[in-house]
Amino acid sequence: MTGRQRIVEHLNAALSAALADDERLYLLGEDIADPYGGAFKVTRGLSTRFPERVLTTPISENGIVGLAGGLALAGDKAIVEIMFSDFVTLAFDPIVNFAAKSTTMYGRRVPIHLVVRCPTGGNRGYGPTHSQSLQKHFLGVPGLAVYELSPLHDSATVLATMLGAGTPALHFEDKSLYGGWLCRDGVVDDVFRFDLVGDLARVFAVDPDDEVDCVLIAPGGLVPRAVTAMRELLLADEIVCHLLVPSRLYPLDVAPMAPALSRARRVVVVEESTAGGTWGAEVAHAVRDVARGPVTLVHSADSVIPTAPHLERSVLVSPETIRRGVREALS
Amino acid sequence: MLTEDLASLLLIRHFESALLDLFDRGELNGTTHTCLGQEHVPVALRGLLDPRDYVFSNHRGHGHYLSLFDDPAGLLAEIMGREGAVCAGVGGSQHILRERYLSTGVQGESLPVAAGAALHLSRSEPGQLACAFVGDGTWGQGAVYEALNLAALWRLPLLVVVEHNGIAQSTPTSRAMAGTIAGRAAAFGIPHTYVDSVDVDELRAVLAKPVAAVRDGGGPLVVEARVRRLGPHSKGDDPRPADEVAALRAGDWRPYYHDLVGAELDRVDEAQRARVAAVVAEVSARPLAGWAP
Repeated sequence: MTGRQRIVEHLNAALSAALADDERLYLLGEDIADPYGGAFKVTRGLSTRFPERVLTTPISENGIVGLAGGLALAGDKAIVEIMFSDFVTLAFDPIVNFAAKSTTMYGRRVPIHLVVRCPTGGNRGYGPTHSQSLQKHFLGVPGLAVYELSPLHDSATVLATMLGAGTPALHFEDKSLYGGWLCRDGVVDDVFRFDLVGDLARVFAVDPDDEVDCVLIAPGGLVPRAVTAMRELLLADEIVCHLLVPSRLYPLDVAPMAPALSRARRVVVVEESTAGGTWGAEVAHAVRDVARGPVTLVHSADSVIPTAPHLERSVLVSPETIRRGVREALS
Repeated sequence: MLTEDLASLLLIRHFESALLDLFDRGELNGTTHTCLGQEHVPVALRGLLDPRDYVFSNHRGHGHYLSLFDDPAGLLAEIMGREGAVCAGVGGSQHILRERYLSTGVQGESLPVAAGAALHLSRSEPGQLACAFVGDGTWGQGAVYEALNLAALWRLPLLVVVEHNGIAQSTPTSRAMAGTIAGRAAAFGIPHTYVDSVDVDELRAVLAKPVAAVRDGGGPLVVEARVRRLGPHSKGDDPRPADEVAALRAGDWRPYYHDLVGAELDRVDEAQRARVAAVVAEVSARPLAGWAP
């Protein structure tokens, strides 16, 4: 593949390839059919190419995720697009009580090949019920994995992993990423490079094995903001940071993070979730024995997400919030 | 009336009665929901189902299971957490998976899942159907309507069997349901067949054609079977006056079949009573089921 690729196109290509590779795979969601192609155009062209298996549905999150679970139970595979991740609350039961539990509650492993895609997050001015980051509500559910879209990871690989696991997965996709560019060839920008250690992406200025002041851990949606903060910290504050981005947020694999964490004075976990019961709290607990110092959490305020842009900015995590969090952690 | 059907009816009756006895003696853990008085519906349906159909059951599912699998020991072991349990004792009374039979414990949850299985069947195994047993109380759940809408839109081979016993746990249908099940089915353009009979053969005769239409691509069907819940919701929780339950007993299938076949019923009844007693004794003596997450 040559040339730059926007993340929405990359994800679309990954979905298309997955559908082409497996004729038992379905893609379901509201308004996903052409010519509309989904609220965020992630599914554009797919219903034309796979009309029998890319099905636009009524506004019925509970129903369509349950139906996808039935397909999976019967041996098919299914991807469901929830138009806005806020609405995944309406599918909490089929995800938690059916799809996840069914993999073990019958006393033996029952494969459920199901992925629920959740366009997520704010910074688009959509207001309190269309802007949330609800990943934290799905942590710690037996049999359920939580992933997040990232500009550093290959979505085809991540999709294949999720669909192949035999346990259901949620794929949170920060809406602010869709129009951005996929990072390739180890290049993030003119300062930062990245590499991949399995599922873990590492962003660094010079050498990923260097001693640094701070390691940031963040899900994929935070990469642009974290990198902006790291650039300011480096150039203006002379603070050197690395960024670690796992594609799978839960269950968290700490082992690949451990070397970087042991070489940093501080660890800061960044996410867009509002305060309380956060992924960061889970990460902080998981890395407590490998981090050298205390772990600091940076997240959005304890608030609904307002609509007006200046108010929304005051609540959500921004590059400046992250920069401030790192400086405070090191002070 | 086949002896086999009579045996199945009486097996379920004695199995459920044995569970209530075990609870009374403190030998069962947790909870259970017996289908006393409703046995004839799954026994009748069995004659219309194929082993390649998916069957979705609910909390009140022992009769559904025993009508399809002649396995009281496996089910009792599941309920008692003993070796040989169908699902290693993890699922218990209301979470059973065996071949294409699945029960789960959240009201209404199974209907979208059944619609998904029906979609799979319509593409991969045309002629098969997904059958979901639900109660009248289940019709309070939004998932039911989302599933009916999808099933009707996509003409899925979904057979919904409503065991309408007039009471949801402690709440009479009159305090839980506005309108009717027939009216709700009609709203989606889904055919609805009402049956009020304790005669297994009659139920099959009435339902054979509409069920065949589901298999032939006619789309979903709602069967509403009037039934009498003779026992409590779970163990000792029946708020209904005794005379009300007594009136229900008069309309039960057991006196009906006693009038019909007489001594034949007594003979099969005794055989199944003895069989269930032996199963209870044998399973109770088994070691505890082993399982690791």
